[in-house]
Amino acid sequence: MSAATTRVFVPVDAAALSVGAEAVACAIAAEAAARGLCVDIVRTGSRGMLWLEPLVEVEVAGRRIAYGPVAAGDVAALFDGDFLAGGAHPLHLGPTDALAWMPRQERFTFARVGVTDPLSLADYRAQGGLAGLTRALAMAPAEIVEAVRASGLRGRGGAGFPTGIKWKTVLAAEAERKYIVCNADEGDSGTFADRMLMEGDPFVLIEGMAIAAVAVGATQGYIYVRSEYPHAARTLRRAIVAAERGGVLGASVLGSPHAFRLEVRVGAGAYICGEETSLLESLEGKRAIVRAKPPLPALAGLFGQPTVVNNVLSLASVPWILAHGAEAYAGVGMGRSRGTMPVQLAGNVRRGGLIELAFGVSLRTLVEGFGGGTLTGRPVRAVQVGGPLGAYLPEHLLDTPLDYEALAAVGGMLGHGGIVVFDDRVDMAHQARFAFAFCAKESCGKCTPCRIGAVRGAETMDRIIAGEDRPANIDVLRDLSHLMTDASLCAMGGLTPMPVMSALTHFPEDFDPPALSAAAE
Amino acid sequence: MGGYAPWNADVAQQLVARLSGLEGAMLPVLHALQEEFGYIDSAAVPLIADALNVSRAEVHGAITFYDDFREGPPPARIIKLCRAEACQALGCESLVAELARSRGIVVDQHGAADLVVETVYCLGNCALGPAALVGDQLIGRLDAPRLMALCDGAAPARVQELPPGAAGRAAP
Ligand SMILES: Cc1cc2nc3c(=O)[nH]c(=O)nc-3n(C[C@H](O)[C@H](O)[C@H](O)COP(=O)(O)O)c2cc1C
Ligand code: SF4
Ligand code: FES
Repeated sequence: MSAATTRVFVPVDAAALSVGAEAVACAIAAEAAARGLCVDIVRTGSRGMLWLEPLVEVEVAGRRIAYGPVAAGDVAALFDGDFLAGGAHPLHLGPTDALAWMPRQERFTFARVGVTDPLSLADYRAQGGLAGLTRALAMAPAEIVEAVRASGLRGRGGAGFPTGIKWKTVLAAEAERKYIVCNADEGDSGTFADRMLMEGDPFVLIEGMAIAAVAVGATQGYIYVRSEYPHAARTLRRAIVAAERGGVLGASVLGSPHAFRLEVRVGAGAYICGEETSLLESLEGKRAIVRAKPPLPALAGLFGQPTVVNNVLSLASVPWILAHGAEAYAGVGMGRSRGTMPVQLAGNVRRGGLIELAFGVSLRTLVEGFGGGTLTGRPVRAVQVGGPLGAYLPEHLLDTPLDYEALAAVGGMLGHGGIVVFDDRVDMAHQARFAFAFCAKESCGKCTPCRIGAVRGAETMDRIIAGEDRPANIDVLRDLSHLMTDASLCAMGGLTPMPVMSALTHFPEDFDPPALSAAAE
Repeated sequence: MGGYAPWNADVAQQLVARLSGLEGAMLPVLHALQEEFGYIDSAAVPLIADALNVSRAEVHGAITFYDDFREGPPPARIIKLCRAEACQALGCESLVAELARSRGIVVDQHGAADLVVETVYCLGNCALGPAALVGDQLIGRLDAPRLMALCDGAAPARVQELPPGAAGRAAP
């Protein structure tokens, strides 16, 4: 043995792997071996500063020092620069917790993501994990539900419905069997917070689901993960095995009389399965056709039984709330948007990634401050907030605060918290056409306004783009949008007009470009 | 990818029997069959219907509803290319055009070719787009040269396999 073992942290998050984190980990191991140095390579989730991935951290005197973005080819030079002691190198960034992105965040839900080994239950406990569940087990079910209600937590999947109220309904329902279903279908473009959480701290989701089970009296849970996330599904399955071995799941949750079993189910490439009733149909093994509501899933959900359906982030926020108290969570935020939101900065942005902070921050702070503007260096022309069904907002609306009501007031929605940045080369008529085409492709087909309307919408956009009788076709577009908004059974058809109409409202020049005819001359 | 077992009714029967006791077993069964054989043979439909006590029409309905399930043997290689908004903002459509121009590859066209490039909408890598998925390997910051190399059969990087609860260790 030469010197003491140095801990080196390399992410296993799929985004980090997508830019070479695995090769970096291998290179560090090989280089250390060749130099006779002892390193303990700990694989973690991602800190969320995705533009710095692969981000390697070294523990020096109890503090983590960051280097990034590291390529496998940089590793030998990092050793030459004595990075194991925090030495100088062009990729040296300084202490991770002091990097510009970190101190301004409030990491409640993502506290451990990027910090701990996602599959070590011992690390999880050591970093405050299971405190919420332990506390919940000492409370009456109604008290747990009340804590979640008092926290002000609203569903992070898109609709923003108060989580505590949903749980209360399920608690009050009489049934032999109840279910907790985690919606991990995360289909919205521009979103990856669920994925990062499942890969970076799966135990916090498991703990949140166990708390929900204890609160409402459910004994079985399912996590429905989209098939596009094979890495997340694998991590969850391993975490569930570890949680069973550790007594968190199974016949007795942490030694209590509550039984709770959990299973991962993988989707099959349908965006509509993110809609909760469609998801339930899919879990039941059927074609994922949306169900009419009522009955609410809370009363008649999976296999007709009372069911909590919540997004990954909603469930994963609960352990913090139980551990630190509802008041602490409700103590940050703005208006009726309490607590923190994991925001995802994506698309054409210089510094993209995940930022968790209290509601109330402006889109501009996020896009320009955290994000540093566009990756291409061109002006920001539009941001789409809230996924493919969310509005396109122009630059002058970037001062809108991150808040469910404030976004609704400007004709948008928060959705699952994704912000996709576009530069000045974006063609908003094409984006509007894409919104219809996407809806046509992903519609479950149950109702006509969505199934037929989306196809008609794409055709109408084709005519507008081709310059055919624009005023008349824009009227058709408006009528169609009204019809889809008013008469669709679910938000797939009901919200597709949001990106379309926001594009038309804020970027009318793209729907009537004189340049088109001029360019043709 | 590749390396699928040829269709075998006995193996299929065993797979179905092993999973049929699950609640809502249909999707797990279909995934298991596709993982084994690369697709869901029509001969599997009555096996599934019997085991799950549903009609053949329901089984067929499920197979056709979901984009993931294939009814015939898959091409040797599949590249799933993200074409959703965040990747659009970073020029994924120019990659589509480049495929057509330099390789004559039409996205989503399934022909005799042993390579198919398929459209997907979002892979959860929207801050590091354009993104693609090859097998279980996610790829970020995809550009034309890298995409062409993938088309030529370049291996995507190795997938991390992490044993539960264990950190990777390297010591002399
Ligand atoms: C077309 C469509 C897609 C949706 N996709 C998702 C999704 O991927 N993830 C999610 O959590 N919720 C999604 N939702 C919202 C769910 O229907 C539901 O509101 C949510 O799962 C409830 O959980 P929450 O209250 O914790 O947000 C979608 C809704 C619609 C209409
Ligand atoms: S709006 Fe579209 S997706 Fe929703 S139920 Fe109707 S057809 Fe299905
Ligand atoms: S939009 Fe391409 S990965 Fe999300």
